[in-house]
Amino acid sequence: MTLAHAVIENVSRRGFLKGVLATGSLVIAAKLVPARAEAAGYATGAEKMPHGVRSDPHLFVSIAPDGIVTIVAIRSEMGTGSRTSLPMIVADELEADWSRVRVVQAPGDEEKYGNQDTDGSRSLRHHIQPMRQCGAAARQMLETAAAKRWGVDPGEVRAQNHEVVHKASGRKLGYGELAADASALPTPPADQIKLKDPAAFRYIGKGTTPIVDLFDITTGRATYGVDAKLPGMKYAVVARPPVFGGKVVSFDASAAMKVPGVEKVVTIEGTPAPAKFQPLGGVAVIARNTWAAIKGREALNPTWDDGPNGSYDSAAFKAQIEETARRPGKVVRNDGDAEKALASAAKVVSAEYYIPHSAHATMEPPSATVRIADGKCEAWACVQSPGNTREELAKKLGLKEEDVTVHVTLLGGGFGRKSKCDFVLEAAVLSKAMNGAPVKVIWTREDDLQNAYYHTVSAERIDAGLDANGKVIAWRHRSVAPTILSIFKPDQTHEAPFELGMGLVDVPFDIPNLRCENGEAEAHTRIGWFRSVYNIPHGFAVQSFVAELAKATERDPKAVLLELIGPPRIVDPRKSPEVADFWNYGDPFETYPIDTARLRRVVELVAEKADWGRKLPARHGLGIAVHRSFLTYVATVVEAVVDDKGHLTVPRVDTAIDCGFAANPERIRSQIEGAAVMGMSLALYGEISFKKGRVEQSNDDSYRVLRIDESPPVTDVHIVPNGIDVPSSGVGEPGLPPFAPALCNAIFAATGKRIRRLPIGDQLAA
Amino acid sequence: MVKLQVNGQTQSFDGDPSMPLLWYLRDELGLTGTKYGCGVALCGACTVHVDGEAARACITAVSDVSGRSVTTIEGLDTNGNHPVQRAWRALNVPQCGYCQAGQIMQAAALLTTNKNPSEDEINSAMSGNICRCGCYQRITAAIKAAATGA
Repeated sequence: MTLAHAVIENVSRRGFLKGVLATGSLVIAAKLVPARAEAAGYATGAEKMPHGVRSDPHLFVSIAPDGIVTIVAIRSEMGTGSRTSLPMIVADELEADWSRVRVVQAPGDEEKYGNQDTDGSRSLRHHIQPMRQCGAAARQMLETAAAKRWGVDPGEVRAQNHEVVHKASGRKLGYGELAADASALPTPPADQIKLKDPAAFRYIGKGTTPIVDLFDITTGRATYGVDAKLPGMKYAVVARPPVFGGKVVSFDASAAMKVPGVEKVVTIEGTPAPAKFQPLGGVAVIARNTWAAIKGREALNPTWDDGPNGSYDSAAFKAQIEETARRPGKVVRNDGDAEKALASAAKVVSAEYYIPHSAHATMEPPSATVRIADGKCEAWACVQSPGNTREELAKKLGLKEEDVTVHVTLLGGGFGRKSKCDFVLEAAVLSKAMNGAPVKVIWTREDDLQNAYYHTVSAERIDAGLDANGKVIAWRHRSVAPTILSIFKPDQTHEAPFELGMGLVDVPFDIPNLRCENGEAEAHTRIGWFRSVYNIPHGFAVQSFVAELAKATERDPKAVLLELIGPPRIVDPRKSPEVADFWNYGDPFETYPIDTARLRRVVELVAEKADWGRKLPARHGLGIAVHRSFLTYVATVVEAVVDDKGHLTVPRVDTAIDCGFAANPERIRSQIEGAAVMGMSLALYGEISFKKGRVEQSNDDSYRVLRIDESPPVTDVHIVPNGIDVPSSGVGEPGLPPFAPALCNAIFAATGKRIRRLPIGDQLAA
Repeated sequence: MVKLQVNGQTQSFDGDPSMPLLWYLRDELGLTGTKYGCGVALCGACTVHVDGEAARACITAVSDVSGRSVTTIEGLDTNGNHPVQRAWRALNVPQCGYCQAGQIMQAAALLTTNKNPSEDEINSAMSGNICRCGCYQRITAAIKAAATGA
């Protein structure tokens, strides 16, 4: 731990400098200045997030006498690069030399740092402005301190590459030399903070800043949740009910205790649904090492009462929700009169689509270590939600939040799984059972796949009415899928506004009679967020159906897509009848409208880059899809090849993304490259199925993830250039939704076979 | 009692000889660079070198490596500057990074036996290593770069 790190941890919440000077390192700022919308260039939803957003340099920046600048990262790193990108923005505005910047990870403390949930593709979009303000405020304080020292007007000095320069006299002072004086100055009020001219950016928008953990990752030094090491630490694995809501009836603790190294067998109580993020319950085996715990669990021989979900059968459920989608559902958008237009249409085209449950399968399964001593709890955990984890731990242990510390490790993948802290609560329960000794809970891959929070399962049906010229005059889309709300509240059978807003009611098509309905569906397992969430089923149905309409009218799919999008305009679903509480990803519609000009642009761009319409060999096909999600516009063209045995390969993927201002283009590219691989994994293999309430898949052989030899060798990413005045939007998730429909449209172009049910599996077999 | 070399140091272990090398390295020696991913040799996250050859530590019992020499990611290069590690950094391969130790160990083993692998040979050698973030395109490019010294 660096000295600067120690200082940050010692700074009190009220922000007094007392005690800090003694350590020889200084924290800039005097009083907390909240980020204010009026000082920002545009409004975002950041302040409406739980605990809002902060920008005061006091919280984020410290400068040691040797000039080393330490910046606090408040978002979890799960591969998107936010732990690098946010501090990089501060450093740029601070005019710091990145080689003299260190990044430290904030523990979960939302009262201090504001919202820390790393989810919703929000980190960059909610923080580019506050982090710029933070860095700029610190820079101005350093400049003011230097001007005072030299007795010159602050306007005559300038911060430049880690030092402040007085051009007239040629005098210079390093940041380390100025930190003490700067820290005694008030933080400039938000309306007096002068942001850099974007032309002067050193790092922002360049894509030349490697992730801060790059060396540690490549040398095995990086620490993930499962890597915590504490003196006297015990290792635990848990036998959980194989059916959601089940309970243990009996088990053989003595057999487990006979395994050398096993120290204790502990029952964990489950919580009746809706159980939010509470553990599933079960029987834990605590041992001196992981292997002994695993062997001990094998000896437990538990029997279970499966409870009400013991009959859950995903094949039967598929038939049920498909049937529901054939009947009218709750109307959630209703422009014009789709029923009447369908009845009078010259031609009606209908199709049904199915997307199964899937699991995140993060490379690092959930893992956490908890220690309880002297009435205080410490956790080391790979969590996307350290603030919420702290809150839940405090409740679970009956402690005050200030007595709970959540150390955020690196996350070996997140994708939404690690937004739920059930595994950390397990570790807390077990540490308590061991009188506070540190206990690490390890989930095996089987545990991860069989006790997950699953992506929803969905049946989608679209009926379109065409006039005599083949123009679409009516569109009726019915979506039927269990809701994530089911883990929070009882009797939830309809998609929530935040789910409906992900590609259903916000469909940006220029169709006068447009109706969206949502049928009832009960959840029989834990449903949770999965990267891009309900955009996956909605986007798959809508973008597959567009190509089906093209086929029905013998037209080019891209031309039909652009015709449906219609002329450049703002589509505002709030003005459509029956749309309730329209969800714009929690951000103001005025800042992030649905702009069909931008949607069209990514379609045109990707088509141009992929050379849409080019002559292809036999059995090759191109497919296109576009989807706006997380306020970002993404269009994808996939080239698919299906050989005479039905073997699918994807030689090339092109993706165009308009995410507003691109703060870190290199990490945007990596996210989109990765989205193509994950998109293909889900499309080809991604299915979690249930029989008698039990998950049928258990490891990487039965729940397959794409491997290097199956992966598209080339994903070219085309980023729409935007100035900093174009609000930055999400990146982590939006690459995923258009992939599967683009792939299935390409397969159709190559073979004439339309895939309406995912995963593709063996549907292409000759 | 099992005796073995780990990153050049002699170690002895008198615990359960059937314990997978993975858990021995992680829990007993504190070498956490080697990762658990599946436990059944399907994902490659636990790849180490045994006498210079790539092996999955999750299905290798400690007793299997008695008298043999194990190299983990921590011991691949004293300064972390093996050509594969350098190439990984030059091309910004990792996203979450969790699988990368296994990928790097597998790639390093490949380049020991094949100085200039073709794309097919890379695919074949690396197909046992899963990356859920989907860094494959860059992994291939980094192996080529490491091979050519680019």
